[in-house]
Amino acid sequence: MAAGIYYPCNRVNTWPADDALARPDRGRYPGGPAWVVGSCQESCDEQAGLDECPGLAELNGRDRSGVGKPGDAPPNPEGAPVGRRLILGLLGLGALGTLTGQRVQNALAPVVGAVADHDPTGLLSLIPLGDTFRYYSVTGSVRQETADNYRLNVSGLVDHPATYSIADLKSLPQTSLIQDFQCVTGWHVPAVHWAGVRLSVLLEKAAPAKQARAVLFTSFDGTYTESLTLAEARHPDVIVALEMLGAPVTHDHGGPVRMYAGSMYGYKSTKWLSGIELAETETPGYWETRGYAIDGTIRE
Amino acid sequence: MPSTEPSGNNEARPTPSVPEPTSASVPRFSRAERMIHRTTAILMTVCILTAAVLYNGSIAVPVGHRHLIELIHVYCGFALPVPMLLGIGSFAYRADLRRLGRFTPADRRWLRSRTRRDGTITVGKFNAGQKLNASLVSGSILVLLGTGVLMYFVLLAPLSWRSGATFVHDWFALALGLLVVGHVIFALKDPEARRGMRTGSVSRSWARTEHEGWLHDLENAATESAAEVPEK
Repeated sequence: MAAGIYYPCNRVNTWPADDALARPDRGRYPGGPAWVVGSCQESCDEQAGLDECPGLAELNGRDRSGVGKPGDAPPNPEGAPVGRRLILGLLGLGALGTLTGQRVQNALAPVVGAVADHDPTGLLSLIPLGDTFRYYSVTGSVRQETADNYRLNVSGLVDHPATYSIADLKSLPQTSLIQDFQCVTGWHVPAVHWAGVRLSVLLEKAAPAKQARAVLFTSFDGTYTESLTLAEARHPDVIVALEMLGAPVTHDHGGPVRMYAGSMYGYKSTKWLSGIELAETETPGYWETRGYAIDGTIRE
Repeated sequence: MPSTEPSGNNEARPTPSVPEPTSASVPRFSRAERMIHRTTAILMTVCILTAAVLYNGSIAVPVGHRHLIELIHVYCGFALPVPMLLGIGSFAYRADLRRLGRFTPADRRWLRSRTRRDGTITVGKFNAGQKLNASLVSGSILVLLGTGVLMYFVLLAPLSWRSGATFVHDWFALALGLLVVGHVIFALKDPEARRGMRTGSVSRSWARTEHEGWLHDLENAATESAAEVPEK
């Protein structure tokens, strides 16, 4: 608040901000006073010394009186550039959020998440708390496979091709782990419970041929493909998942059987898994032909 | 639509096209401004609809086609600021941007007032709420564009930035969605404001009630340009 002395004048500044359009020196209220000096000693708002002070409003019977310094154009007839400041402020907030958002979200999610769990209206679930799965499907709809009709084929450069039912998979040694699901675009779900058969177990039983260097995955959505190098596929955190989040993998999450490649971005974890094929080289998968790196290892 | 309600311009410049003070309607938005508003509204709507699919699992599952939806969302998002940038070439649009960006003490009082619409505080071409909305929407669009670029071109930034960008994108999208809903609600409540954006003109009585300061300036300009003619 700059204390200042303002002078009503007939050079009404065609509020608001008619700048280029209105030629402030021409605007004129009917019967407006000629330059009157020092009639208003109130301090008016802001450095720009804008358009009014209370005394003037009375003078003109309306509150858009023009003011100016004597012998000079009105200081700033347009008002303060608040719009620009708001935009720059939002940009700053966005940049800050980008740099610190992960930490903020980690701090926020447990608190708000606990409230959301007991929210009878369900409205809180619309708030972007993070830490939730987003459902990716690259086709129109994916047929439902039940525990009865589901089959997983292991084929390609192997000595022992095989077809597994869910019961077959369950009869193999089970493993479970708690590990994050990280999407390449940035969202992630911490500490997800996964359970199933290590891919290395299936590979062992299939006995890959010497020239096999890669594992290709197909999905019964009919479109999605992925691949891992044979070395990556043998990592202990790469599993053929039968359970996720403490329950059988739901259809929307890629059930009844999906891949989970820990320590890799989510696009490496094929949903609705239907086939595992050994090959000599990796083949760029669905998202990899659309720009993502074929090496999906999460770094840094 | 860096916009508020109506964003746009009028022909306040003293030209022969300014109607006589007696005519029933006054020009509010130029053709360029209305085109900018229309294209921005379409792009914004597509962005919001595709965002709903991408974000909300119960919609995403039945719709599927993730890559296609994503492409539509991303390219409409890239295109969103384009009409406004092209608008820089329009005199009327620039003039209204200037109006929208400047806040006077009267604007502050308008925002604080509980009886802001009773006419005591004279409002210019845009009221303070419209100005606020314009700035917040423009800033949000830019933030969403920047974070969207980081999320879409995954090689640009380290993972922690991408996570932060997702966080920011989600919250700004929610906020912008609310601003747009508010904008639409205000527009639905005011047929004459909608007419202004649809046809470019509003009734003189509406202008007097809602934007008296602006009407006054228009009339002044018209009077003067008429008065000037003989001198030339």
